[in-house]
Amino acid sequence: MTESGTTQTTVQEIITALKDKPGALLPILHGIQDALGYIPADSIPNIATGLNLSRAEVHGVISFYHYFRDTPPGDQTIHLCRAESCQAMGGEQLEEHVKRKLGIDFHETTADGKFSLEPVYCLGNCACSPAMQIGKEIYGRVTADSFDTVITNSEALS
Amino acid sequence: MSITIYVPCDSSALSMGAERVAKAITQEAAKRGLDIKLVRNGSRGMYWLEPLVEVVTANGRVAYGPVQASDVSGLFDAGFTEGGAHALSLGLTEELAYFKKQQRLTFARIGKTDPISLVDYVENGGYRGLKNALAMAHADIVKAVTDSGLRGRGGAAFPTGIKWNTVLNTASLQKYIICNADEGDSGTFSDRMVMEGDPFVLIEGMTIAGVAVDATQGYIYLRVEYPHAFDALNAAIATAYQEGYLGENIQGSGLTFNLEVRLGAGAYVCGEETSLMESLEGKRGLVRFKPPLPAISGLFGQPTVVNNVISLASVPVILDKGGAYYRDFGMGRSRGTLPVQLAGNIKHPGLVELGFGLTLRELLYDFGGGSASGRPIKAVQVGGPLGAYLPEAQFDTPLDYEAFTANWTVLGHGGIVVFDDTVNMAKMARYSMEFCKIESCGKCTPCRIGSTRGVEVMDDIINGRNLDKNIPLLRDLCDTLLNGSLCALGGMTPYPVLSALNHFPEDFGINA
Repeated sequence: MTESGTTQTTVQEIITALKDKPGALLPILHGIQDALGYIPADSIPNIATGLNLSRAEVHGVISFYHYFRDTPPGDQTIHLCRAESCQAMGGEQLEEHVKRKLGIDFHETTADGKFSLEPVYCLGNCACSPAMQIGKEIYGRVTADSFDTVITNSEALS
Repeated sequence: MSITIYVPCDSSALSMGAERVAKAITQEAAKRGLDIKLVRNGSRGMYWLEPLVEVVTANGRVAYGPVQASDVSGLFDAGFTEGGAHALSLGLTEELAYFKKQQRLTFARIGKTDPISLVDYVENGGYRGLKNALAMAHADIVKAVTDSGLRGRGGAAFPTGIKWNTVLNTASLQKYIICNADEGDSGTFSDRMVMEGDPFVLIEGMTIAGVAVDATQGYIYLRVEYPHAFDALNAAIATAYQEGYLGENIQGSGLTFNLEVRLGAGAYVCGEETSLMESLEGKRGLVRFKPPLPAISGLFGQPTVVNNVISLASVPVILDKGGAYYRDFGMGRSRGTLPVQLAGNIKHPGLVELGFGLTLRELLYDFGGGSASGRPIKAVQVGGPLGAYLPEAQFDTPLDYEAFTANWTVLGHGGIVVFDDTVNMAKMARYSMEFCKIESCGKCTPCRIGSTRGVEVMDDIINGRNLDKNIPLLRDLCDTLLNGSLCALGGMTPYPVLSALNHFPEDFGINA
């Protein structure tokens, strides 16, 4: 089967499993993004058919929520907190360092495809600011040095 | 005899290395042939001490912290399994002043128990509230909540009992209980601590709400940024179903209550209750007009209770000990306790649950120990990104909804973010406008367009352009946002902006 064919099979399975839940669209979009890392544009017609919605409605929901993405992310997505508590503990300087180190801005992916960088507005780790999240892992009191260590270690893992 | 050691699984503790510490303890104990029982508890909320490791001794639980994995073998050498002395030793956990001075009602179990152990929960006072509720008439349960004086802890401070009463008295075949767990305010983490550290208390609170108003379906709308809370809630919900605390015929009562966790997707505005319901229905999170109130026509058009995590998690203790017990804490019309969250540039960040009435100054200095940087505290933002900045002159304000309102400030969800004197308040005002621009749902013009214009005006002000014209323009714009927006996002963005301008004009290039 082609890659796109496999993807569509996955998408269809998720739609079939979840479509009868009340308010099923967000659970379906989460399911697809968990499985594929993003929501491919060509899955929209299938979701729309499955839920009896227009494609515009599905697209509208995907584009409304910051978390959903329509392009493939890097191997790892770094969510860096920009909110007030982190700013009070040097978050802005950390943000500059992170962008310089990775050579990308927010919403971008490094050329080697290893890291995507996304802003996040609070991780609830405000007692250990500044904070970031990579996958499920949360990091507190992040410094330029500790960021570099985390990145080096996760490059070694990937 | 086996030694019991506690290492938190709270995500802030994990962010400081708790997982590595837990592994190191297990390995080191195995190496030394010691029989230990490792329990992953919630956090005690003293985050400058995390990872905080506790050991059970004959005298009580002894604390060590902050522990790193590299400290573990030294701790074993020092005999920490018997409470031995070590540089990281803090003494008995519950004798630590920060903890001992608190009045923990909602947070009674958090940090003490294994969050996903139903046995621990029941042994420590859990499900007594539900047991009482199941023997009461609907109206009496609602009355207990009304009598307690509990007001919505999400930030709006609306009396919980009145909301429940409206839902109870609205006839419908299907009603819903929604827990708003979209804790998006910077500087807040009390909801997260409850969900990770004592998920059963939220489940019990929601079940009582369901029983009270005759709702059979509950949803916890959880922000996607809280993966550990998601896992803890789902584990606890599965156990509650197995043990007859959820589902059909709860504890033999013949009553049904089903509960499901739904994830948000990174939209701050979905913390607004009508936007949240749109999102739960699978739509864009656009704010709805009110009326109709959600209590009359809410989720899928049905009567719906929407309450914050802390409000619902406070219900079990109220039903257990009675409305009067809870009401006896607090001051004025702010009854009960408020879990305050100290965050940002503060030496002792953490969770402080106390009856209303303590002043901001007591919290910042007696509990918080002043700034983390050691520099003077210049401003604190209370109540999240839509809360006002308070200068030192207002630090004697008591934590009380009405006292805050009188200052044109808000207590909100109880988050306090501290800034030292290196902060530029004009930049913070610009950030508030930028945040509103990023998070606006786009339904109403003042918020959608006003925030964009607000960023532009702030850029002009920060660059010193035409202040004579731009400061009045900023005030005018704030007036439009304040009075013309559909919900609190646009309607309250002027709080941080104008408070920054009014209290710190010099940062805006104005000679005070």
